[in-house]
Amino acid sequence: MREVIEGRVWTLPDDVDTDQIISGKYLTVIDPNELKKHVFEIALPEFAANARTGDIVVAGLNMGCGSSREHAPQALKAIGVGAIVADSFARIFFRNAINVGIPTVEAPGVRKIFEKGDPARIEMRGGRIQNARTGASVGFPPLPAHLLDLLEAGGLVEKVKRELQAGATVPSR
Amino acid sequence: MNRSEGNGGQTLAEKILARAGNVDHVVPGQIVEGRVDLAMMHEQGAQTVGPFHEMGAPRVWDPDRVVIAIDHWVPASTEGAAVLHRILRQFAKEQGLTHFYDVGNHGICHQILAEHGWVVPGDLAVGTDSHTNMLGAMGAVAAGIGPTEMAAVLALGRLWLKVPPTLHLRIRGTLGRGVYAKDLILRILGEVKTTGATYKAIEFSGPTIERMTMSERFTLCNMTTEMGAKCGMIAPDATTRAFLEKVAKHPMHPVSPDKDAHYERVIDIDVDGMGPMVACPYSPDNVRPLTELVPQHVKVDQVFLGSCTNARIDDLREGARILKGHKVAPGVRFIVSPASTSIYKQALEEGLIETFTEAGGVFTNSSCSACFGGNMGILAPGEVCASSSNRNFPGRMGAKDAEIYLLSPAATVAAAIRGELADPREFL
Repeated sequence: MREVIEGRVWTLPDDVDTDQIISGKYLTVIDPNELKKHVFEIALPEFAANARTGDIVVAGLNMGCGSSREHAPQALKAIGVGAIVADSFARIFFRNAINVGIPTVEAPGVRKIFEKGDPARIEMRGGRIQNARTGASVGFPPLPAHLLDLLEAGGLVEKVKRELQAGATVPSR
Repeated sequence: MNRSEGNGGQTLAEKILARAGNVDHVVPGQIVEGRVDLAMMHEQGAQTVGPFHEMGAPRVWDPDRVVIAIDHWVPASTEGAAVLHRILRQFAKEQGLTHFYDVGNHGICHQILAEHGWVVPGDLAVGTDSHTNMLGAMGAVAAGIGPTEMAAVLALGRLWLKVPPTLHLRIRGTLGRGVYAKDLILRILGEVKTTGATYKAIEFSGPTIERMTMSERFTLCNMTTEMGAKCGMIAPDATTRAFLEKVAKHPMHPVSPDKDAHYERVIDIDVDGMGPMVACPYSPDNVRPLTELVPQHVKVDQVFLGSCTNARIDDLREGARILKGHKVAPGVRFIVSPASTSIYKQALEEGLIETFTEAGGVFTNSSCSACFGGNMGILAPGEVCASSSNRNFPGRMGAKDAEIYLLSPAATVAAAIRGELADPREFL
C-alpha cells in the first residue's frame, strides 16, 4: 500500500448494492479476469471497458450493500482499482475489499467534492482526500493499525500466511 | 458509571463477543479476536479453497465446526455451478469435512444450520452468506463474511471483530389476522432504513417476540441484514431451548442482556392495529402499507414464495390455506421453493404440494432459486414479481428494470390468486 494514492475518479451514487456491482448471474464465475468484464454492469455500464489501473472509485452512502459476494471487490481488484472511497460502506463489502488488498476508506462528505474524471489524492495515514482539480478536501479517521497492516501485507492471504509462518496457533476450546 | 472503564451492563452481542474473545467485558468499538464456534460455507466457499491453500494452512482448524451446505444452484444448473460444487466436495474430502449437505439432503444454508442445531445460544457463528444473521435468533452472534475471510477462519479458528453498538427494538402488541413477522420486519425497515443499523447489532425483545415461534424469529433476524446490521439477535428462552433440545450439535452457553445494558438507540414498536406491509421497488426500505398499493392494481407476472426469509413449513401452510379453493390467476407464474429438503418432505406429507400444484403453481426443489436471479424464475425486462424474499434491488431477480415487491408469504399468495397485489385478509 502506498502512503499517498493518486488516481482518476469514477463516481457512484448512494446505495450501490452488490447486484449492481456484479450481477447474480456471474456468481459462478471465479476467474477475476473474466469477472472484471462485468463489474458495475448495472451501476456504471461504461466502467469495465474504460477503467484504467489506478483509477479511484468514489461512492456515496452505503456502498456495497447487499450480499456477501467477494466477486465485487475481486473484480475491482482485477481491473486495478487503486482505492475505493465512500461516504459510508456496508460492512461485508468493506471487509472484503480490505481483505483482497484494496485500500478502502470511509470519508463522510467525500462524494460531493468529486465529479467523474477528477484527479484524487488520498493520504492513507494522514487521513485526507483531496480533489486536485478544485482543491476541495475532506478528512477521515485513518484506518486502525491492524487494517493498515493488513493492506501493507497486500491482503488477508499474505497476512495469515505470515502469521502461520510465525507460529500462530488456533484458540483452544 | 463510565462505560469505557468496562464496568457497565452489557448487551447480548457484547456478552457473546466477550466470551468469544475470552475477556470479561467489552465495549463498542473495541476489537476482539473472536473464537469461532461454527463456520458455514455455501457455493461461495469454493472461493475459500484457493486462499486457504495459499495461506499455507496445513489443516482446517476443527472439521466438526464446519458445515458446507450448497443451496444457490441445486442441483447444478450450469457448468460453472457444477465446478463450484466439485471444488467443495473435493475440499471436504481432502480436509475430512463430513458435515456436507449435498444434493438430496440439501436446503438453504441458514435453514440447514437451524434445523440441524448447528448454531446454539452463546455461539459466534460466521457464514459466507449475508443472511447468516438469521441464526442470531438462537441467541448467538451470527454474521456474514466473504470467502477470503472464511479461509482465515478455517486456518485459525478465529477472526477479528469490532464490537458493535446495539440498536434495541422493543416490540409489544399482537399481530392481527393476516399480519406476520415479515410485515413487522418490513415496517421496521421502513423506519430504520437500509443504513440505519450499519455495523450495529440489533436486539429484539418484548412480549410480541416472546410469543413468536422460532420460524418467525428467523424471519426477523434474517432481514436485519437489509438494515446493514452485523448481527440481529433474540435472547434465548424456553422456545429456543425447546427447538434445540433434540438437535443441538454442541453445548449451549445461553446469555441474556444485562438490565442496565447500554443501547445506542432504543425503538419501541406497538404492532396492535398494524396491517400488512410491502417493500416497493427498488429498496427493501421503500415500505408502505399494502392497503395503499391494492387500489393501484399493481399487476404481477410472477409470484415467488421462497427464500431463507420465508419458506419454512408454517409459511407454506399459511400460503396453502389461502390458496385452497382458488386458482392462480391466468398469466401469472407462481413458484414455491421450500427452504429445505425436509420442509419439502413435510409439505408433501401434509398435502401442501398438491394444493400448490393443483391451483396452477410450480413447487420446486429446495433452493435459493429465484430470490437472487440464479435459476428457476428469472424475470424478463419490465416484469413485476411479488415475492416473500428479502431484496428488491435493481437486477436482483433478473432484468435490471424488473420490479420486485416484498411481502409476507400470505400476501404473495393473495397476489397469485388476484394477479395483482392484494390484501391477504380478504382470503382468511
